[in-house]
Formats: sequence, C-alpha cells, structure tokens
Amino acid sequence: MDMLTWTGALSALNPVLMIAAGLLLIAVVLQILTSFFAADPGITANPDGTVAAQGGIYGLAERAVRWLFIALVVICLAYLVAGIVMPMGKAGIVGAISKRLLPVWIALIVLFVLSFNFRRKLGLYGKLFDSTIGMIGFGMVMFWVFTALFSNQIITSGVLDQIAQLKNKAPGSPLPDGTGWYLLGGDHLGRDVFSRMIKGSLIVIEIAPLATLFAFMVGITLGLPAGYYGGRLDAVLSFLANLILAFPVILLFYLLVTPEIVTTGLPQFMAVVLFLFPLIFMIVLLNSRYYVQPTRRNIMIAAVVILGGWLYLSLISTPDTRISFLPKAIDLFNVPANILIVFVSVVFVNSPTVFRIVRGITLDIKTRDYVSAAQTRGERPWYIMLWEILPNARGPLIVDFCLRIGYTTILLGTLGFFGLGLSPESPDWGSTINAGRKLLTIAPHPAIVPALALLSLVLGLNLLADGLREESLKD
Amino acid sequence: MTKWDYDGPILEIDNLSISFFTRLREIPAVMDFSCTVQPGEAMGLVGESGCGKSTVALGVMRDLGKNGRIVGGSIKFKGRDLTTMTEEELREIRGSQIAMIYQEPMASLNPAMKIGQQLMEVPMIHEGVSKAEAYKRALEVVTDVRLPDPERMLKSYPHQLSGGQQQRIVIAMALMTKPALLILDEPTTALDVTVEAAVVDLVKDLGKKYGTSMLFISHNLGLVLETCNRLCVMYSGEAVETGSIKDVFDKMRHPYTQALFRSIPLPGADKNSRPLVAIPGNFPLPHERPPGCNFGPRCDYFEAGRCDAQEITMAPVEGQDRHDTRCLKFTEIDWNAPPEVAAKQEKTAVGEVVLRMEDLRKYYEVSANALFGGGDTKVVKANETLSFEAREGETLAIVGESGCGKSTFAKVLMGLETATAGTIMLYDNEIQSTPIESRNTETVSGVQMVFQNPFDTLNPSMTVGRQIIRALEIFGEGKTDADRRERMLELLDLVKLPRAFADRMPRQLSGGQKQRVGIARAFAGGAKIVVADEPVSALDVSVQAAVTDLLMEIQRKNKTTLLFISHDLSIVRYLSDRVMVMYLGHVVELGTTDQVFAPPYHPYTEALLSAVPIADTRVKKKHIVLEGEIPSAMNPPPGCPFQTRCRWKSKVPGNLCETEVPPVRRLGNGHQVKCHLSDADFASMEPVIEVAAE
Amino acid sequence: MLKFLLRRLVTMILTALCLTFIVFYLTNLPPNLEKVAKSELGARISDAEVASWLDKYGYSRPLLVRYGEWLGVAPGWTGSDQGVSIGRCVKRGADLESAPKYCGVLQGSWGFSTVFKDNVGAIISTRLTLTGILMFWVMVLMVPTALLIGILAGMREGSKLDRSLSTFSIATSATPEYVSGVILIAVFASSMVGLKWFKGTATSAMDAPNFENFFLPVLTVALYGIGYIARMTRASMTEVMTAQYIRTARLKGVSFRNVVMKHALRNALIAPFTVIMLQFPWLLNGVVITETLFNYKGFGWTLVQAAGNNDIQLLLGCSVVAVIVVLVTQLISDVGYVFLNPRIRIS
Repeated sequence: MDMLTWTGALSALNPVLMIAAGLLLIAVVLQILTSFFAADPGITANPDGTVAAQGGIYGLAERAVRWLFIALVVICLAYLVAGIVMPMGKAGIVGAISKRLLPVWIALIVLFVLSFNFRRKLGLYGKLFDSTIGMIGFGMVMFWVFTALFSNQIITSGVLDQIAQLKNKAPGSPLPDGTGWYLLGGDHLGRDVFSRMIKGSLIVIEIAPLATLFAFMVGITLGLPAGYYGGRLDAVLSFLANLILAFPVILLFYLLVTPEIVTTGLPQFMAVVLFLFPLIFMIVLLNSRYYVQPTRRNIMIAAVVILGGWLYLSLISTPDTRISFLPKAIDLFNVPANILIVFVSVVFVNSPTVFRIVRGITLDIKTRDYVSAAQTRGERPWYIMLWEILPNARGPLIVDFCLRIGYTTILLGTLGFFGLGLSPESPDWGSTINAGRKLLTIAPHPAIVPALALLSLVLGLNLLADGLREESLKD
Repeated sequence: MTKWDYDGPILEIDNLSISFFTRLREIPAVMDFSCTVQPGEAMGLVGESGCGKSTVALGVMRDLGKNGRIVGGSIKFKGRDLTTMTEEELREIRGSQIAMIYQEPMASLNPAMKIGQQLMEVPMIHEGVSKAEAYKRALEVVTDVRLPDPERMLKSYPHQLSGGQQQRIVIAMALMTKPALLILDEPTTALDVTVEAAVVDLVKDLGKKYGTSMLFISHNLGLVLETCNRLCVMYSGEAVETGSIKDVFDKMRHPYTQALFRSIPLPGADKNSRPLVAIPGNFPLPHERPPGCNFGPRCDYFEAGRCDAQEITMAPVEGQDRHDTRCLKFTEIDWNAPPEVAAKQEKTAVGEVVLRMEDLRKYYEVSANALFGGGDTKVVKANETLSFEAREGETLAIVGESGCGKSTFAKVLMGLETATAGTIMLYDNEIQSTPIESRNTETVSGVQMVFQNPFDTLNPSMTVGRQIIRALEIFGEGKTDADRRERMLELLDLVKLPRAFADRMPRQLSGGQKQRVGIARAFAGGAKIVVADEPVSALDVSVQAAVTDLLMEIQRKNKTTLLFISHDLSIVRYLSDRVMVMYLGHVVELGTTDQVFAPPYHPYTEALLSAVPIADTRVKKKHIVLEGEIPSAMNPPPGCPFQTRCRWKSKVPGNLCETEVPPVRRLGNGHQVKCHLSDADFASMEPVIEVAAE
Repeated sequence: MLKFLLRRLVTMILTALCLTFIVFYLTNLPPNLEKVAKSELGARISDAEVASWLDKYGYSRPLLVRYGEWLGVAPGWTGSDQGVSIGRCVKRGADLESAPKYCGVLQGSWGFSTVFKDNVGAIISTRLTLTGILMFWVMVLMVPTALLIGILAGMREGSKLDRSLSTFSIATSATPEYVSGVILIAVFASSMVGLKWFKGTATSAMDAPNFENFFLPVLTVALYGIGYIARMTRASMTEVMTAQYIRTARLKGVSFRNVVMKHALRNALIAPFTVIMLQFPWLLNGVVITETLFNYKGFGWTLVQAAGNNDIQLLLGCSVVAVIVVLVTQLISDVGYVFLNPRIRIS
C-alpha cells in the first residue's frame, strides 16, 4: 500500500482552492478598505421591502466576497463528498476521513434539515437558524457531539494499539500489514493519532457539559439568594466567591488534583457537597411552586427524593474508598476517583463565576414590578427567586452556558497538558498534546491534531454563544 | 460658517415619507407628512407613542440610523433641501442652525466630560472661536438658562446636577450658537411637574429672546397649548390635522382630535356626571394599518366603502388660517354635537372606615456614602406623621412629586416594610409592624396593588392565565384547578379582555391590555383596598381613559377602597373623592377634592395646580413658577419642608418657617393644611384655575 | 476615598490570609508530609519512623500553630536531634538563645527549597524577574493591539471590518495557550512546515532575549488576551456608540472622528480597563503553560517544578506571590475604575 497524500485523486482541485482562497482574502481586505472611504454605503429599498446594497467598488467587493466564499465552500464539499463516494484511500487523507465520518455527516444533515424546517416553532433554538454565525457554531459543536457519539464506528485502530514501525510517522502512512492507514500519522509510541483524537472527543463531550451544568446548579442556588436578600449573606458568599476567583487556577489544580489528595478523600467530600446542590435545587423548585397544593407537592417531592437520592448516593458512594456505604447490588455506577476529582475541581473553579453572573442578574430583575407584585401577594422568597426571577434570566444564562462549556473544555485540556488527573495514556486532547509537545519541532502532527480539534470545538461553542446572544437581544 | 440669509419659512416639510427596513419587511413610520414652520413660530407635534412624531424630528436631523431611510418627499430648511445634503454639509448645519433637545437629560450628556467642555465644543466647531471666547459664551448661556453659580456649573460633571439642572444645560447647549430651529423631543417628560413648569417657562422665554423657531414634540396637549402657536396632530404615521392652536383646540375638524380631547380629563369632567369617553380599539401596528383612513376602525363617523376605499389626503378647512384635516367627512359632521354620554352613575355611597393611619412614620437608615460604604449612617425620613382614614368605596388620591414618600407609604401598607412608629388599622387589626410573611391570607388578599409600568408588571415568561391562577392559588381561591381556571376566565371578563388572552404571553399584549391583566390579578382575591400606583401614567392618552373607567367600574361593583397615587392633578380631580398632597414625607394638605382644588391652598398645592398644563383654551391659570429643585429626602431643609421654595414665606413673621415644622391646621369639614400662614393670608388666596364662561 | 482604600486593603489582607492558609493546609496534608519524611530518610522507613521524624521536626503540632510559625506570628519550634539543638529558626547546632524567635514569611524567611537546594526567596526573585520581562513584552504587544481591534470593531457595529475583527477575536479567545503555542511552534519552528523563522524553545531567551527566541512565547501568551480584551472593548464601544450622548454629540455637528476620539473613547475604555486588570489571574495561567511549553524557566515553570516535586516551601512561596499579584491587580482595577469614572469619583 502506498502512502496517502492529502487529497489523492482530487489534487487537481488544489490550485483552484488556493486561488479561490487567495482571491477571497484580497476581496475581504478590499471591502474593508473601501468601507472606510465609501462615503455613505447607500442602501436602496427593493419594492418587496428588503434592502439591497448598491454598486460601486464596495458593492463589487461585497459581491465578490459572497461568490468566492460560496466557491470555496463548494470546493471543500467536493473533497468531502468525493471521499465518501470514491473507494477508501482514493481521495486522499481528507477523503478517507470524510468517509469514516459518514455517520456524523448523516446525523448533521438530518438535524439541520429538521431544525431549519421547524425553526419558527422552536423558540430561541429555532432563531439560531437566522444567524449565520450561530449556525456555523452550532454545526461545529454538533459535529463533535456526533463524533463522540459514533466514535466507536469511526475509529480505525484501537486507542492503545501500538505499532512500532509507525512511531512518529507522517499522516497517511499505511499499516505494515496493508489493511489500512494511520490517517493522521502515528505518535511517539506508534499509536493512531486519528483514532485517539476521535476517542478524545468522547471524554470532553462526556465531562464538559455535565460539569458546566453542575457549576450552574451551584452558582444559581447560591447566586439567587445572594442577589435577592443582599446584606450579610451576600457579603459572605461574595467574599467566598472572590476568594476562589483570586486563586490562580493552575495552582488550585496542582493542589487539588494530586494522588495525595485523592487518598485523603477530600475530593469525595467535596463531591458529597457539590452533588447535593441539584437535589436541593429540584426540591426547593417544586416545593415553592406547589406548597399551596400539599398532596401534589408531596408526590412530586417524594419522587424526586427517591430517584434523585438514589442517583446521588450511587454517585458519591464508591467501594473501597472512605465513602462506601451503598451495597454493591443497588450501586448504579461508580465514577473512578481520578475522573471524579477532575470533575469536582472543574465545577469548583467554574461556579464562582456563575454565582457572580446570577447574582448580578438577580439584582437587576428584583427591582421589576412583577417581583413586587409577587411580594405583595405574599409569595415566599424561593418562589420569587426560582419562578419569577430565574426564568427571566435565562437568556444571558444560556449564552454563558455555551461559553462556559468552552471554558471547561479548555480547563480539561489544561489539566491534561500538565498530566494531572487523567491517566497518561488516556486519549483526551490535553494529555495527547502534552505527550506530543516534546517532539514538536520534528513531528508536530501528534500534538497539532488534538490541538486543532480542541480549537474547533471551543470556537464552535463561542460562535454558538455569539449567535445566541445576538438572536436573544433581537426581541 | 455660512448663515445664509433667507426670509421664507424656516422649515418646509413636503410629503415626507420615512421607512425603517428590517430583514422581513419595510415598516413605514411616517407617510405623506407636510408642515411648515415660519420664523419665530413654535410648532407642536402631538400624538401617541408610535405615531411617528420623533421619527419626523430625526428625519429633519437626518439621523435615522442604519435602517431608516427617507423614501419620499423633501425637507427644506431655509430653502435648502436637507434630504440631498452630503454628510459634510449636514454637519455644518447640525448644532449651529438646527439643535435638538431630548427626553432624557442625563443620557444626553457625556458622563465623562465636564459640562463646560461639552458646551464650549459647539461654538469651537462651528465658528472656530478661541477657547476663551467659547468659555465666555458658555458662561453667558448658562446664566441665561437661570442656573445658579454658572462658573461652578461649567466645572461639574453631569451626574453632579439634578435632572432639572441637566435639562437646562442641554437647553443651553442647544442655544450656544443661536440656532434658527430648535427641535424639542418630549423635553420635560422625565421631570417632575413643578420642575417641568419652570423648564417650559424658560424655553418659552428663550425662544422669544433668541428668535428661534421651535418644533415641539409632545404627547401632552396641555403642554403644547402653553408653548406653541400652531400644532400638528399625528396618528399612526400621518398628520391628521394641522392648524393654529386656537382653531385645532376649539374648532377641531378631525374625529381623532375630537376623540383625543374627549378622553382627557379637563376641568368640568366628573366620573359620575360627565365621564370620559375612551377611544375604542387599539392603535394599529405599522404593518397592520387598515386601508384608507388609518383611524377608520376606531372612528364614530366611519362609513364603510368610503372611508376605507381610498387614500385620504389633507384638505384645507375653509376660512381659517392654514387649517388642514385628513378627513373625508369633515364638512358633514356636526362638530358641536355633545358626546353621547354613557348612563350617568350614581355617586357611590361611602361606607365605614376600613383603613386608618395614625401618626405613621417610616425612617430609613442609609450609609452616607453608598459606594465607599461604612462610616456615618443618615436617617432618611421617608414618611412623617402620616394620619388619615379611608372609607369603603372611597377614592383617596395621594399626590406628590418624586421623593415625597408616596411609594414608601405604599410599601408600609402592603407589608413590604414595617413602620418605624404609629399605627395602621385595617378594620380592627393593627398591621403596621406585621411584615407580609406574617400576615394571614385574608389580609394579604384584601390589600392589593396595581403597578405603574405596564411593561414591567407581568412576568414576561409566564402566560397571562397562569399568572392570574397563581394569584388565586396563593389567595386560596377555588378548590380544584378547574375551579381556578373558571375563576380566572371570569376575571378576564371583568377587565374586558377576551378569554383567549389566557394563553397569551405578556409580550403579545399592548400596554393597556397588560395593565388590565394587572388589575385582574389585584382583584383575584376580592381585594378590599387597592393601591394604584400611577396606574395610567405610562399609558397613551387614548388608553388612559378606558383603564381609569375600568378601575372605577370595578370599584363600584366591589365597593373597594381605592388609594390612587398620582402626580397628574387632572386625573386626580376627575376621579377622586378626597385628595392628600404630600411633600418630602409630610402630608401638607388633606381634604375633599373640591376643598383641595379651591382656595385656601397650601402654598405647595397652589404651585402644583399652576404647574399642571391643561389642554383647554378656556382655562386661565395663575402663573406661579417655583424656583429651585425639590430638596433631597436625604437632606431635608429644617423647619417646614417647603420653605426653600415657598412664595408665601415672607408673610410669616420671624423665621418660624425655617425653624419649626408647622402644625396641622384644621380648616373645617375635614380640610387640613400644614402651614404657618395666618387665617387672613389663607383668606386672601385667589383660585389658580379659572374656567372662562362659555 | 481613603476609607474605601482602607476597606479594600483589609479585605485584601483577609483574602490573602485565607488563601495562604488553604494552600498551607493542602500542602501539609499527611500524605505530603509522609513523602517529605521518606525523601529525607529513604523510601523504606516504617510508619513509626515517619511519625517520630515528623514529631521531631515540628510537623506534628496543630496546623494553626504551624501556619502561624510559617507566617511568622508564632515563635518557631525548637527541639533537639541526637543532642544537637534544632529548630525552625535555628541553624543546625547553633545556639538556641541567640537564634531569632520568629522566622516566617513576614520576617523574610521563606524557607528552603528541596528541589533547587536554595533559599525560596532567592529563587522566586530571580524567576520572577524573568517572568517580569516576559510579561512586559506581553503587555506591550497585547494591550494596544487589543484596544485597537476592539475600538475599530465597535466603532461601526455590523460593518465588514467589525465582522472580520470580531471573528478574529472570537477565534483567538477560543484558543488556549497550549493550543496556540503548539500551532505556532509547528508552523514557525518545526521542520515539517520548514519556515523555521523562530526558535521552538525560549531557554536561550533567559540570558539574551531577542526577537527570534522570544517572539513566539510572547505571542502565545498575548494571543488569548488579545481576543478577550478586544471582545470586551468592542462590546463596551458598541454600547457607548448607541448611547444618547453620542447622538447629542453627532447632532452638535461633531465629526465622526471626534465623536469616537473625544466622546466615545474615554467612556468605552472604563470597562476594558477593569477587564485587563482582572485578566491577570488568567495571564498567570498562560504564563505557566507557555513557560512550560517553551522551557522558559521563569516563575510559572518554577511553580510547576515545585508542585510536581512536592517542594512544600517553594510551592508556598509561589502561592504567596501568585495570590499577592492577583490581589494587587484587583486593587488597582478597583481604584482605576473609580479614577476613570467621574460618576463614582466625585460623590
């Protein structure tokens, strides 16, 4: 078998791509420059009520940018589609990867077609499809979500399989037995960079959103009363939040995520406290709303306590550690101690910021008349906080949630980069970058591939947040 | 700088059309608008919110933002067409020839620049004068707008000034280069009534002194009457009637103008014998305008097949000075026919006392320096010795400007705060020191509140029905969910909203509709006492009457005691049985409506009455302008709270006013005044408002 | 104003005490101490030997007492080892009487690093200087670039320039240092791409920083901050540009240039100033990552070494410095905010 080139049989397209990209760049620069000098970018109204840009150099540049962009997208699509259609390896590395990612493409297309058709009925999520930036961001995020979901179908080799001949080999190197390729080359131990990158997404997609969700639970449960009551409670909670925020994150990680700490059981105790928050949150949420109808309230809360409590106990109880009281038979799952500590410390770092945001929004919303109206009809504080204030704070919170998942992803990478928490052979992106950085000047691909993967996910989340912010401000 | 000579009209707007463009559609904001402003003339532009009056002003300034465009017509300023000017030419005219004053004075001044710099900038740009010269001019103009200590003013930052002072600075800034045209966009809406009166007075005087023409935009007909020579009434993007003040006020020739006048409480209107006539229906949204006459669907004289068949143009009214109207039928309508009066209501009998306050006080402790915290605390006396009683079925109006303590009083009554001293008796219960958490459901549901801001009064993320049902749940009304739903629908009927609104979200409702939901919610538990905190002040004139009437009707039905907090004396006069005037936490006057609105007055009441603009040419008002600003409640003057602005102070011997809080004087029949003036002085007072005989 | 400063200072000291105590607690957990004992006496000693060693060297006393000693507010422990007098403040075998009673951070005695075999104070001061040089160049590159991008983008919201610059700043703020560093090295320093414009390590920059060996680490640290600060500046700028007083200025006839320069800029810079200052804790992260990646042996690198090798004294010292840096920048940000914003300054 031969070494694969990047584009294989489609390499004829490469010059076209280069020229299109170059022209696009020139056109964008030209457009920006002319926008300074074009006196009044006159907009003319069409009879149908839409707005059209006018002629002149500026208009020309604008049209050029649009068409070149479309051309560029078409060429890129050509690489991907050809890769799916042509036999494995014929369309080069890009084509082969595209073929491996087929389930992801299908899932993305289905999701987008469905969402786009029903976008008027889907609230804020639907409005996302009015914003190009938001759509691109959402596409990037969902790409990684589906990749993580289908990771077992996508990978070409085992994550830990080592082939000594392929140590530090460039992308597209064939396997010695001729059954395939290391599409993105081999790392310093001869493992497949592509498969590790794909599997690494699973770790991020599993931990980051969940950790962010917990951070939000903690931040909301503390931020609401701090903002609503103010006074001493606020002072104490704000002081604590500032305390954590003043702590350099890396130092905190180095102090928290060490084997010594794990043996003291400290992370588990912290988990005991942190994971209690969602449970309390749900109970308070339901009680405040339904306490006027005691029977309904009792049923709902009993259900939450039993189900949530079971999950909670399963989560915190792990055999052979300091907290182990649940019999094995009913212990639903065990989280490995090193994952737990990573999870806890990420939640710990994130929640003060969420606290501050929630507190700020609460301070703003509590001056509204509908909050006074609730007070004058004798509502209890927690009802006002959870049912009158929180739902109206959802816009900024959703935006921040997306941003924060990105931030959490960065934090997870940081942990991996310093070899903290996760085991060294774990395929997560941070650890892989750490392993690859030593040979960066000779064989950069083992580090570059996960770096770009991480970059695209975080970028997607940021773009998504930007799109959401823009759309939520519109009404 | 070119100030070319031209002796034609200052501003000629011809068939102006302005549209805003969104991704979905074109939204016409102003259509076929024409008007002319002659030199030295003041033109009023009147209409409800969304009628396009501010858009006209911004169109004249050519500052319509990215989405707005002038799609037709011309705007000639001193004979030159503004619509075709380049950005460069416009900049020369802006600020030097045409100046603009806006609604929010605080927002229109740069917070990080000293006042002096902001003023001096104007002549320095337009006339290239030196710094010293510019400073001299700034000093002059600041003196002209009657600000104390001009030199210190120039050195201050905007936030160090009060709202009234800031607005004077904005006016000064506009007058720096003696512009030919001054555009004022609701310049006094954000100010208190007595401050407003002083600013309006100033604008009138300066207009004369500088010979400036004015375009005065307002929703308040009374204010326009006081300031302008001519006016133009706008409705839904079109001018519907234009003419001299006298013609339009007394001989209106458009049904909308007529309806507008009938829906505002003028002297003589009375809730029982001469109720207001509300305009039916709602203001059309820009993309839902009807064919033909925009006012058609709400018009009493509407004739199907005629009024909605064609575009209607302005037609001159014969025999009057430039009086035009956009009505096909204006020659056919009998304009002198009296309005159809709804069945006269019997005056509701006033029952027993339900609420009694005695010597109520509410003090707050605040730290003297809010930002840097700590240190000395100051006592703010938000309410001082408040005593009154309210009876079943009665309407008691509480009148006062900002800082007078009316909101604090409402909070204490509702139980959101507890009183510092004194008693509040609700029937036979003392509730002054029971916070709302410890009150029983009956007390809570018995005292409810209607809030001021319709856009804030409903939770934006809950359906209308759900919010009313929640109130029912809390008040323990209804046994099952079905019961409560039924009761909620009945409440919607009560406030005359369609039942389908139960499933709507608040953002789908107009301001007036939201306010109705707020009323329904307040009455969910069969409230005995309802505190209405300026319930209609944020609503458009045509909606105000309907909401007021609704409140009255429910009150009659339920024999509710209504505590009506307001600063608008016209509406107070219209609907209240008794009036309580407050100033800086003190009740300065209390009596029946007739007693309060007729002499003898408390000096503050007198000034307040004079300050309120009345949209009636027959009314003659005494001209009383209060000097200075309302003192801060943090730092009240010693002695009588009103002594710093009182024009009667010299009549009181010695320095009694400055040293002693006046005692409550009973003038008979429950009329009481807190003042040091002698009986003879009281007797010498003349009525402020006189209606000329018809 | 003075009162405000005083209050901030008190809160700051309280925060510093809390944080150092937490670090002290976490570094003095029993497993860590056990490791120290084993590194002194050999890995195979029994639990009893560990306990007696810890006892002898003052590690077994209550945590608060030890914290007080370390801080220098409690008298240092003394004892004897095989007849030789030892103590926290006593050189081995020296006279107990003549030794100072207190020796802690406050007295300037920061302890002895087991990894570098040197005084912690000396190590930190040299390392901090190196990092200071790095940070200086980062600031020189980051602040003007970020502000310029933010202002240009926010000046005309929605223009092509705005969209291009915003996309750029979103992209850089989505790139953590370990990603941008890897990409920069791969592109500019690796044999694979072959540009080889810069060096992939900055070890030589410790002695003689120059463009070739120092630009990549500086750019790596600055890039993330540029994106973040530029976004803040843009947001603040767009908000100011829609403010009513900007319209007032425009309608006074002020030219667009002067509207931006004289009216908008000062108001728009208030928010980013705070952000720049509050960026410091995050920049510290970036410094640690970048120094590790480029093998530049500054403060961040030292911190990693201390933490990785259980060098308790050095780690404590590093934490103190880190915490103080963060708190001081917070204080500057508060004071600066008050100073920049006349609305707060004069009240």
